[in-house]
Amino acid sequence: MTAVGHIFGLGLGLVLSASCHADGAAIANTGAGAAPPCQTCHGPAGEGVAQTGFPRLASLGATYLQRQLAAFADGTRVSDVMMPIARALSVADRAEVSAYYAALPAPAAALPSAAPAAATASAPVGATLATRGRWADKLPACEQCHGPGGRGVDPDFPALAGQSATYLFNQLRAWQTGARPPGPMGLMAAVAKKLSEAEVRAVADHYASVPAKDDR
Amino acid sequence: MMTAQQRLYVGGALGVLLAGVGLYANGVFDFFGMQAIGERRTGAQKIAAPEAAASTPRAPTDLAGDPPSAELTAPAAMSGASAAFMPPPESELPTGEFGDVIRRGREIFIDTPRAAPAYVGNSLRCVSCHLDAGRLADSSPLWGAFVSYPAYRSKTKSVSTFQQRLQGCFEYSMNGRAPPSNAPELVALESYAYWLASGAPLDPKIAGRGYPALAAPTEKPDFARGEKVYAENCILCHGADGAGQRTPGGYAVFPALWGPDSFNWGAGMGRISTAATFIKANMPLGLPGTLTGQQAWDVALYMNSHERPQDPRYTGSVQGTQHDFHATEDSMYGREVAGKVLGASGPPKPFKPLKLSRP
Repeated sequence: MTAVGHIFGLGLGLVLSASCHADGAAIANTGAGAAPPCQTCHGPAGEGVAQTGFPRLASLGATYLQRQLAAFADGTRVSDVMMPIARALSVADRAEVSAYYAALPAPAAALPSAAPAAATASAPVGATLATRGRWADKLPACEQCHGPGGRGVDPDFPALAGQSATYLFNQLRAWQTGARPPGPMGLMAAVAKKLSEAEVRAVADHYASVPAKDDR
Repeated sequence: MMTAQQRLYVGGALGVLLAGVGLYANGVFDFFGMQAIGERRTGAQKIAAPEAAASTPRAPTDLAGDPPSAELTAPAAMSGASAAFMPPPESELPTGEFGDVIRRGREIFIDTPRAAPAYVGNSLRCVSCHLDAGRLADSSPLWGAFVSYPAYRSKTKSVSTFQQRLQGCFEYSMNGRAPPSNAPELVALESYAYWLASGAPLDPKIAGRGYPALAAPTEKPDFARGEKVYAENCILCHGADGAGQRTPGGYAVFPALWGPDSFNWGAGMGRISTAATFIKANMPLGLPGTLTGQQAWDVALYMNSHERPQDPRYTGSVQGTQHDFHATEDSMYGREVAGKVLGASGPPKPFKPLKLSRP
């Protein structure tokens, strides 16, 4: 934590933990060193940008976000955009900006789907995979780990509801090809590889259409 | 014509029988169910230390384990999804009043604490142990249980109907209380099970029923090895304390495996063999078949070596309850683990329905 952060926090009469969030807010809104402000791509309220596939960060778990930044920094999670940004942040910066986004409320409204027509057509497929899975192939439902409504189970199972369809699609494809590390116990790679491309699209569209109601 | 898998199983079972006669004169009775318990009561004090807990393979089990009498003479063939009966797709659920009751049964099955709150004492759901809403073969599917009753059960020493079997689930697995006969909840569950079993033969040996039989472990199930298996394969979802993980609203995304929010000592899943067969066939969720049989036995013993709610059949003492209901090496009840006697938690707590605000 920087001295500036402390003074900023104390000046507002906030407790120490609040000053951490103030630091996180500063990183999110104005950047830190070589790292541009997060909000440039993730939206002013961390709600994400559906069309470009920049994910929502608001109300995702702090531990989960921190792990992702660490994975971008050490290159185990590959992203041309995020790797240099994560490397420009100190470990403390990453913790603070993660805590900042974790404390933001989930967006009230669902993000518009990048492909509303496709979403409509594949809705039953996506909803069935999300809530029931396909047990003939021993494929559990998404929500058996990500919780009812895909609202997430901290710290290992992030919220899917209200997430950008493009982002979810890209991540599932990345697990299929090995571009994203398989996650705890290799679960996501195992699960993703049981999905066809059309099913990946359907389940991504499904969760983009589910409101990310804050369950905390 | 036997498949290779079936031949392996039968061979293995025979081998175990022979080994059992030589090595586990007591344990081998468990292979046939628990018929011999009455004769073995005097042997209760001889029960082995936890690390020496015996382990004998069992025939596939029903909803929570106890094999109906038809299975006491011959183990059912190992089943596979390909050979198993397929329940009708949900798109074929009937409409009208009967369909409404079937749907209600399905709702109770997948969200038991909220849909049947008057009878449920923990946050488990039927689907916690019977995956895919009771449809999945080898996950003790509801259709397999439906075609297996009425049947004699050594647990109750009487012939039980399907409804009575369901009542046992509420009393033991849900640590609750049994709905009265023909309570709307039981009628709904029975209707759902009946519909799932549409077209299935009345046959307690139907393939896919229960959990698939598991060969006896090479080595006696071991707490320390089980703890390691648990840390590597289970802890992510069920937690170091076995309490599972719940949403802020109380919905158990991952069920409690032991402790006050889990099934009680009277539940079938409290038997090491039942837990081992379930785990081998179904866990970890999404990564089936990754545990060896030995690992399943070890982690089943580990799970069932923790405290959980008292057996509702508690006789007034741990010794008496063990003598009457747990005089088998398949149960850890009454044994000492880490300096504490399992089950020594006093009389059953009065039933309190679980309050859940929302999923």
